[in-house]
Amino acid sequence: MTRVLKYILYDILRTRFILLYTAFLFISTFGLYQLDSDSGKVVLSLLNIVLMVVPLVSIVFSTIHFFNSYEFIELMLAQPVKRSTVFLGEFMGVACSLCAAFVTGVGVPMLLFGINANALTMLYTGVTLTLVFVSLAFLSSVLTRDKAKAIGIALLFWLYFSLIYDGLLLWVVYSFSDYPLEKITLVLIAFNPVDLARIIMLLQLDISALMGFTGAFYQEFFGSYLGIVLSTLVLFIWIVLPIALAQRIFNRKDL
Amino acid sequence: MKKLLVIPFLCTCLISFGTSIPVGSKHTVKTIKQAIEKASHGDTLIIYPGVYREGNIVLEKRLTVIGKDYPIVDGENKYEIFTIHADHVTVYGLKFINTGVASINDLAAIKVLESNYLRVQNNKFENTFFGIYFANSTNCRVEGNELKSDAESEHQIGNGIHLWKCEHMTLDNNRVTGHRDGIYFEFVTESLITNNYSEGNMRYGLHFMFSHNDEYRNNTFINNGAGVAVMYTKGVKMIGNTFEHNWGSSAYGLLLKDIRDSFVTGNIFKKNSVGIFMEGSSRIEFRENTFSENGYAVRLQASCDDNVFERNNFSANTFDLVTNGTLVLNTINHNYWDHYEGYDLNHDAVGDVPYRPVSLYGMVIEHMPSAVLLWRSFFVFLMDRAEKAVPAITPDNLKDNSPAMKPYDFHKAN
Repeated sequence: MTRVLKYILYDILRTRFILLYTAFLFISTFGLYQLDSDSGKVVLSLLNIVLMVVPLVSIVFSTIHFFNSYEFIELMLAQPVKRSTVFLGEFMGVACSLCAAFVTGVGVPMLLFGINANALTMLYTGVTLTLVFVSLAFLSSVLTRDKAKAIGIALLFWLYFSLIYDGLLLWVVYSFSDYPLEKITLVLIAFNPVDLARIIMLLQLDISALMGFTGAFYQEFFGSYLGIVLSTLVLFIWIVLPIALAQRIFNRKDL
Repeated sequence: MKKLLVIPFLCTCLISFGTSIPVGSKHTVKTIKQAIEKASHGDTLIIYPGVYREGNIVLEKRLTVIGKDYPIVDGENKYEIFTIHADHVTVYGLKFINTGVASINDLAAIKVLESNYLRVQNNKFENTFFGIYFANSTNCRVEGNELKSDAESEHQIGNGIHLWKCEHMTLDNNRVTGHRDGIYFEFVTESLITNNYSEGNMRYGLHFMFSHNDEYRNNTFINNGAGVAVMYTKGVKMIGNTFEHNWGSSAYGLLLKDIRDSFVTGNIFKKNSVGIFMEGSSRIEFRENTFSENGYAVRLQASCDDNVFERNNFSANTFDLVTNGTLVLNTINHNYWDHYEGYDLNHDAVGDVPYRPVSLYGMVIEHMPSAVLLWRSFFVFLMDRAEKAVPAITPDNLKDNSPAMKPYDFHKAN
């Protein structure tokens, strides 16, 4: 497994895309800190990058990488290695490199300008979102044999979680606005990792008070020990479930 | 003629110096009650340091009570301390602690009933139920007092400075913390409230009703349970006050309900969940105020009309302006908005395209508070953009036709 992982990491480094991604994150974070001295505002601006760019890059890069190393996978499977080892090795390789890129790209400027609880939450949500979207990318990769189609599915996932789901959520809130929706929306939020990450982040930045009763309710939930454990658990499920499903398909798939 | 009459009156004042009676354990007069009994109109009681536990002290003579080095007058958690029913009384430099707590009577450290020309100056109050309480009095001065209390809930505590049915009062430089309402006025007219500091009170920093023609200058209201709420009043002037950090699901920097013909000028609203909430208010002029880092800078209900917002600075607020209807009867002009994205071709420091301070998402939240969980999502961003390009839902004529390109510098102008 470690050997497979080593080859994959080496391969990813060779493409240089990951270095570009790290540089992009580094420059934008650094630039934002230069523009604004208030670290709270910087984190807020970074939130957009974390919620939009990180999932997009993660999912597209992972899908493309999977298809580019298709021949490598086929070769490996010809060896006496378990299918799950190769597949998980591939997943770990991509996930590790993307997470490392994010942590260095965003974390180093944060360290330079002073790290605090907000920044740490930011790193946490960023890493989690990366893992979730790599996991989803692998699912979309095994769903089809066609690279273009797989990228299409991946983009659809991204679009769905970043945009369409929120639209649907607003529609639900609008249709049932006469009812107390706090608990239901809490459940609905759990079905979208991006929303979950966003709300964890927003509540951390302590701008919840303006959100009235709903905000107070969320604050109480996410501020509590149970809330932190549950939200982490849900995000963890979002990582594990797609990759487990993908592996199941991969194991039975006729390559 | 009237002026001529004043002169002999002043002369008699100067001549009629009373005697002064020292009060303290080392003096012949041991208690304040004895001293009051002994004293005649115009005398001065000098209270020496010590602890005076005398229950309720009733003062019905024209006396000056001066404390040396803050002698402590203790209400033993049972009594009202001073009850004053006489004109021209001065209470200076005393420390009042532990009044009783009651649900039927408003027990206070100093209660003034139907009296005029009093001075309550430089006293300290600790753990009092009501601090200073005036009822039906005129022309009094409350100055330099410090009120501190630490009750845990609203019903266990009264107001810091409580005025009911008064006229021509002056409140200057008082500090109130930890009471129910810091400053409470009901039917208080023609009064001047300056340089007071009201922080960390359970309910409102300042709360008044039916208090016409009062002027508030340079006061500070910080971190009160629900901020400042004022109602059913006309002719209010609020100038140069600071409303800061009134943060919570129902906290307002300044809540205006049924206020008419007033001025709100040169104030600072910072870090409030709602800077100004207005309901049923008319003909108020808002000029040269600074709104920064509020959740909502202004929530203008559709029941308000003929209000004017001019030359205010809006910066770093989540929502600049929110309203709940499409009918707009207010004037908004020449303000600076940091969210403004227009341009200024002729460089006259006025933006060439109007600014619409109401965002679609702000409207949506006003109708469906649950929608707040979509805040800062990409979807909301797109929605707002689309609405800005083609306004369909937000009030079409609610706009600032000549927004300023740069923030106003109010300090330089002064």
